[in-house]
Amino acid sequence: MTDLVDYDEALAAYDPALGLEVHVELGTATKMFCGCSTVFGAEPNTQVCPTCLGLPGSMPAVNAVAVESAIRIGLALNCEIAEWCRFARKNYFYPDMPKNFQTSQYDEPIAFDGWTEVEVDGETFRVEIERAHMEEDTGKSTHVGTSGRIHGADYSLVDYNRAGIPLIEIVTKPILGTREKAPAVARAYVAHLRDLLLGLGVSDVRMEQGSLRCDVNLSLSPIGSGTLGTRTETKNVNSLRSVERAARYEVSRQAAVLRSGASVTQETRHWHEDTGVTTSGREKSDAEDYRYFPEPDLVPVAPSREWVDELRAELPEPPRVRRARLQEAWGFSDLEMRDTVGAGALGLVEQTIAAGATPQAARKWWLSELARRANEQGTELTALPITPEQVARIQALVDDGSLNDKLARQVFDGVLAGEGDPDAVVASRGLAIVSDDDALGDAVDQAIADNPDVAQKIRDGKHAAAGALIGAVMKQMRGQADAGRVRELILERLA
Amino acid sequence: MPERRSEPVDVISREQVRHLADLARIDLDDAELDHLAPQLAVILESVASISEVAADDVPPTSHPVPLTNVFREDVVRPGLTPEQALAGAPAVEDQKFAVPRILGDEQ
Repeated sequence: MTDLVDYDEALAAYDPALGLEVHVELGTATKMFCGCSTVFGAEPNTQVCPTCLGLPGSMPAVNAVAVESAIRIGLALNCEIAEWCRFARKNYFYPDMPKNFQTSQYDEPIAFDGWTEVEVDGETFRVEIERAHMEEDTGKSTHVGTSGRIHGADYSLVDYNRAGIPLIEIVTKPILGTREKAPAVARAYVAHLRDLLLGLGVSDVRMEQGSLRCDVNLSLSPIGSGTLGTRTETKNVNSLRSVERAARYEVSRQAAVLRSGASVTQETRHWHEDTGVTTSGREKSDAEDYRYFPEPDLVPVAPSREWVDELRAELPEPPRVRRARLQEAWGFSDLEMRDTVGAGALGLVEQTIAAGATPQAARKWWLSELARRANEQGTELTALPITPEQVARIQALVDDGSLNDKLARQVFDGVLAGEGDPDAVVASRGLAIVSDDDALGDAVDQAIADNPDVAQKIRDGKHAAAGALIGAVMKQMRGQADAGRVRELILERLA
Repeated sequence: MPERRSEPVDVISREQVRHLADLARIDLDDAELDHLAPQLAVILESVASISEVAADDVPPTSHPVPLTNVFREDVVRPGLTPEQALAGAPAVEDQKFAVPRILGDEQ
């Protein structure tokens, strides 16, 4: 069992320094260096060609849209854009890369020296961006064997559909001075990047599908030492919640190592979503072990200043400006806005409103009903199998009296269970409110017959007593009666 | 042409060769290391002689063609069928390449 120090105790003695490396899969139609499709979820090895399979004689060709996206990401992060840069080969042997090297960038990233700002509980933290560079994704390995993990696997199966999909790796400089908020800042930064990338339209940034992946680097140094401690790099932390948990765990674990008098080993660590711990991976290789050298099959990328200026002028509004604009348009309080942003629901709420719902209705469904379900399933709102259009449609059914909130929740159940669109769920589950007089009349008559005392009170003019009969009708009709019409029918009959 | 003398290249050490072989997943025994290390040193010395003729006015070159910004439109082009892609695979399972148990770590 790994020793851990209580989080607050760890913070009393040590200062955390964060570093985040985020890999974003671009939403281009084709791969970085070949014309293969990038559609997610295709049958294995159906989106491959000689180039991304690394077959002899094949030659790479750079995707223009990927370069443009890389520049736009760099600009949105206030980076300098290189006037001239090259691709480099990162050499390593692993079956997920059939070429035996990954085409990446090394000492000449396309974007560098940027910054951005993230907010946690109303406090703003500036994050310096070291670089954003272009590279390609690897294939996907499945380990076959008794344990299901790499160690102990008998053999592995590789699908190369993902190999060669354009990636942008965004690396921060060490983020200092975040103190106890370090895990929250890490999470807020990734959420901020996700919003920013979504706003740029360069990626669908679906963490659960791996189109945005995060490595969390963390080190501790004694408070006031002014130095940086030895860091660990926790790989593939693939949800916002996990980013925060992994950072918090490493603070507690490293504090225990340091307090025991030992030193932290510089290494890669693996994050385990199920148990919430990190475990030791390999010791970090030296960069020189990758024997980087300029890619001889590709010519340099030299974005003209005119092109860069043009792309800069076309950038969408920055997330902060966008948030302020939306808050005003929607009339949200600061707290409502913070909750919406914190839940990663800004875009979802915006799209739900665009599909016709009122701001408060959109917020209500995403932040209460759907946030609860996402939380129960340990997933993100964006990962729920329901679209903003479907949420807006359910609200429209509530607004026109076809559903009440209780029935609406059952429609959410149906849509999330894959039973189809809201209207299909209403039809197949028979959820619509009944306001048809013939159907209601029988239930009203039955309720009057079952409750003669109440009925008499109403005949005597005590209309408030109608509530008891409405309740009886509702019960009989499983909550699907139109309460207003039921009241009218009762009063008509007992006039 | 200004006279330039090349720095003498350090003879590559046996340990360096062992490390490189390790990175390249080549299993060399002691006799092979003894045999190959001096040969690699000779190759390095020969290549280093280029610096004798490359003066300050010759920039380091990674590509012989003076081009930049050669891009491809982002348009899907047909690739290989899975059967073609897997034709050279020593072993196939579930339409995937079956490879031996992986040592080391993912990148």
